[in-house]
Amino acid sequence: MLSAVNVSIESLNLMTLVPMLIPIVGALLIIVIELIKSSQDKSLYVMLSLLILGIDFAFLLESAGIFEKNGTVMGVFDVMLIDGLAILSQFIIVGASMLFIPLALTHKRFHEFSYPEFFALFLFMISGFQFMVATDNLILVFVGLETASLALYTLIAMHNRDKSFEAAVKYFTMGALAAGFFSFGSMIFYALTGSVEINQIAEVLSANGYADIGFVLIGVTFLLASFGFKLSMVPFHTWTPDVYEGSSAALAGYMSIVPKIAAFIVAMRFFEFLIHSGVVWLEVILYIGVVVTMTMANVWALVQTDVKRMLAYSSISHAGFVMAAILIGTTQSNSALFLYWILFSFTNLGSFSMLWISRQKNLPAHQQSDHSYDKFAGMVKTSPVAASIMALFMLSLAGLPPFALFWGKMYMISSAITGGYTVLALIMALNSAIAGYYYLKLIVYMFMKEPVVENNGHVYVANATLPLKTIIGIAAIGTIFAFVAVNGLLELITAFVYNSGY
Amino acid sequence: MLDHILSILIFFPALAAMLGFVVHKDSMRAYGTAVATIEFALSLWLWFVFDANVSGMQFMEQIALVPTFGINYIVGVDGISLFIIILAAFFTMIGIASLGETKDVKNMIITLLFLQMTMVGVFAALDAMVFYLFWELSLVPMLYIIGAWGGPLRIYASVKFFLYTFAGSLVMLVGMLFMAYFYYQATGEWSFAILDWYRLILPESFQIWLFVAFFFGFAIKVPMFPFHTWLPYAHGQAPTIGSVILAAILLKMGTYAFIRFSLPLFPDASVYFMYPIAILAIIMIIYTAMVAYAQKDIKQVVAYSSVSHMGVIILGTFALNVEGISGSIFLMIAHGVVSGALFLLVGVIYDRRHTKYMSEFGGLASVMPRYATIFGLMLMASVGLPLTINFVGEFLSLLGFYKQSHILTLLAGTAIIVGAIYMLAAYKKMFFGVVTKEENKNLPDVNKRELIALIPLAIITVWLGIYPKPVLGPINTSVESVVGLMHEKAITKEAKSRIPSIGKDIKISRNSVEEAH
Repeated sequence: MLSAVNVSIESLNLMTLVPMLIPIVGALLIIVIELIKSSQDKSLYVMLSLLILGIDFAFLLESAGIFEKNGTVMGVFDVMLIDGLAILSQFIIVGASMLFIPLALTHKRFHEFSYPEFFALFLFMISGFQFMVATDNLILVFVGLETASLALYTLIAMHNRDKSFEAAVKYFTMGALAAGFFSFGSMIFYALTGSVEINQIAEVLSANGYADIGFVLIGVTFLLASFGFKLSMVPFHTWTPDVYEGSSAALAGYMSIVPKIAAFIVAMRFFEFLIHSGVVWLEVILYIGVVVTMTMANVWALVQTDVKRMLAYSSISHAGFVMAAILIGTTQSNSALFLYWILFSFTNLGSFSMLWISRQKNLPAHQQSDHSYDKFAGMVKTSPVAASIMALFMLSLAGLPPFALFWGKMYMISSAITGGYTVLALIMALNSAIAGYYYLKLIVYMFMKEPVVENNGHVYVANATLPLKTIIGIAAIGTIFAFVAVNGLLELITAFVYNSGY
Repeated sequence: MLDHILSILIFFPALAAMLGFVVHKDSMRAYGTAVATIEFALSLWLWFVFDANVSGMQFMEQIALVPTFGINYIVGVDGISLFIIILAAFFTMIGIASLGETKDVKNMIITLLFLQMTMVGVFAALDAMVFYLFWELSLVPMLYIIGAWGGPLRIYASVKFFLYTFAGSLVMLVGMLFMAYFYYQATGEWSFAILDWYRLILPESFQIWLFVAFFFGFAIKVPMFPFHTWLPYAHGQAPTIGSVILAAILLKMGTYAFIRFSLPLFPDASVYFMYPIAILAIIMIIYTAMVAYAQKDIKQVVAYSSVSHMGVIILGTFALNVEGISGSIFLMIAHGVVSGALFLLVGVIYDRRHTKYMSEFGGLASVMPRYATIFGLMLMASVGLPLTINFVGEFLSLLGFYKQSHILTLLAGTAIIVGAIYMLAAYKKMFFGVVTKEENKNLPDVNKRELIALIPLAIITVWLGIYPKPVLGPINTSVESVVGLMHEKAITKEAKSRIPSIGKDIKISRNSVEEAH
């Protein structure tokens, strides 16, 4: 006879679920509003989403306070794991989402924002990412990943252009393949260790001294491939430029930040114990992956003729740069990852938003693509402020001090040095130099070339409204005055990462 | 007030540049001149209150920036940096005052003021990260000046300038991070303060690697052979004001950094690399002199001769004794004055004829006598005629290196004499003979605005050539302490014998020095 299982509500610690449940409840609320009284203006949904994310953020602050006092909290049958990494990454996810959602309030009318489903899906996606980072259970990671990805595919397709459909289908196919790889990899580790919890897997593997190293390697290969897709590591990156080109600039900027930080966290939880367990092969593969991703993406970015595709390749390169943190695997490098990504969010979201406000409904004859370099030629003559802000973001992406990304780059290279990866540090530095060229190219177009056709500068801010300008202003201020915040951020991040045992 | 004079010197131009956006474009020239004059007056005041008997840093300020990682805003000035700061303020002032007809003059002046902030910042910074910050930031205004106001190939030239220096300084950044890491290992604390680093003694092998890393950053900036290829393009395409600032100040960042970083941080490596670098410097002197002789364009002649003289500065620096280093610092100032003046002079004739080919001229001495006189004076200074400013620096630099190697000094000395040939040949082609071209017959002589810039430069050239002591004194005091520090820190026998002992009490206490590893 089965004995009754007694579970007290206290031991479930349901509070750990609250930050993820808030966006879900919010999404349902939006759908209900639509049911009761349809065809509301998009501004209602934007503001509702913003408020819901604000509440989410407040609860994250709450759990950050709890973490500082009590350390890591487990909940819901030990499936939820609220440690420093989970909290920090959720801050990035929710924060970047709050910066993204007002971008829907464009001057021109775009198809996707007229549907309340867009905002509901958006909120579902956020909760998916939050689940992904707040657990070390591979099944919950999978569920979170799929929730988020499926929502994201739809968001892309809703942009309603031929290229968007292509992008969505491409992303979906690649994503499905990656999901397959992920489940295969998890299955192998379950077969080896009898557990789907990463810390259990690590314990069992080290207890038996990696006896089945062959199977471990196969499992790692599958997982590496799946994360390769999600993080757009070379050679799994091929979807990235097309998908970014097909989606709206705002969403492309969002995709370069939020899905990747979620994947980074899982990769950090999973790969770091493996690298330090002496599985030499993995270290070599990751090393090569990091170097190739950084370098090749930079080289491809050099030859692009469209700014958005250039930024797509540049964000692949940045992802490779940050992946180095997982390879190095020290507390400093993991802190550098967070510092880098927070600063990167501001800058990259800012630069994609600049593209977004210059979005035209119809392409003029002389223009090959939405954001070709020619379009920005001589921009300083007609709209000097916009050109200067764009140049600021480019300089920051190139890693010029004292702008935001420099501090991330510097701390990351320093962590490579302290971790003993001297050659890697040099490669990272030289890659920043290569990257300098294509960021500079846009500045050259904006500041030093003559306009291709006479325009009154309206095209560069055609899509701008006060909310969009506010977001760009926030991004610009964050980029310029990063040096004020770096110290505080660094102290906070290091404490959180260190206390989580990474 | 005096406690913050350096910060005021650094950020006043930047603030003025911001406010300059409001000023109407017709009044911008006056505004820029006024701001730059105030800045120059402040820098002169700094000289006035500077205590020439103190060898260490003065007017130091410290503000925490990222204290967890050891990055602080630290600025200070000693005899080595003082005069370069004054020179930077001076050249920005006369550069703006003598600015010829320029399109978008407002943007140009705002850019120049930002550039001034970064220049003063580089020479005042005493924290490696702050130094790096200003060092990198100085690329942006210069990129814009060359790229927006330059000649037909301006975009190529500006991007080449930017990428070359950017790549070199990233390698330098890795070196700096390494240095900080060694300091962390030795003391358990992160620090990027240069004065903290001075107290660290590193094993020779580490010194060599770090020296190389820093060398890339500095050598590209100087630019040393074989990294000099960006400079002729930059000079060739840059507008006059860009060339003047580039030659007079920006290049000095590299040679200054050698003295501020490489020598005191890595004394053994400096000795180890003394001969290779000296040979590079001599190749640089001879090779660029020969290239200069082959040029048809007067601006290229001046550009290559400027590179050639930078070689002498490097040679003096790596003499590693007080005479050599003091001489090289003095020569930095002299070279700034003279080559800056020469570029201004080239600009004068370019404004009139819109060509820089020497074959287009000839017999200008009869048409523009005042111009020919000033040009002649600056040319004599450039070839190192005694009683002009360059002579003092070159003589001391060579004297310093003579103590290390007779033969190499002899080679460098003859090369300088060769230098006289191309300069005199160029002068002959342009100024002597009869006027052959119709256009040249009625060229107006230098006007008032140009004289405002040229006369002070001519006065300085002669004054410091005859009586260099007011400048050389403070330089000497500070250099003595640097050389003393190097001697004290040197580990190998070779280095101890190459770097002379000063015989004074060196202020660093031996027991506070810990070895990394």
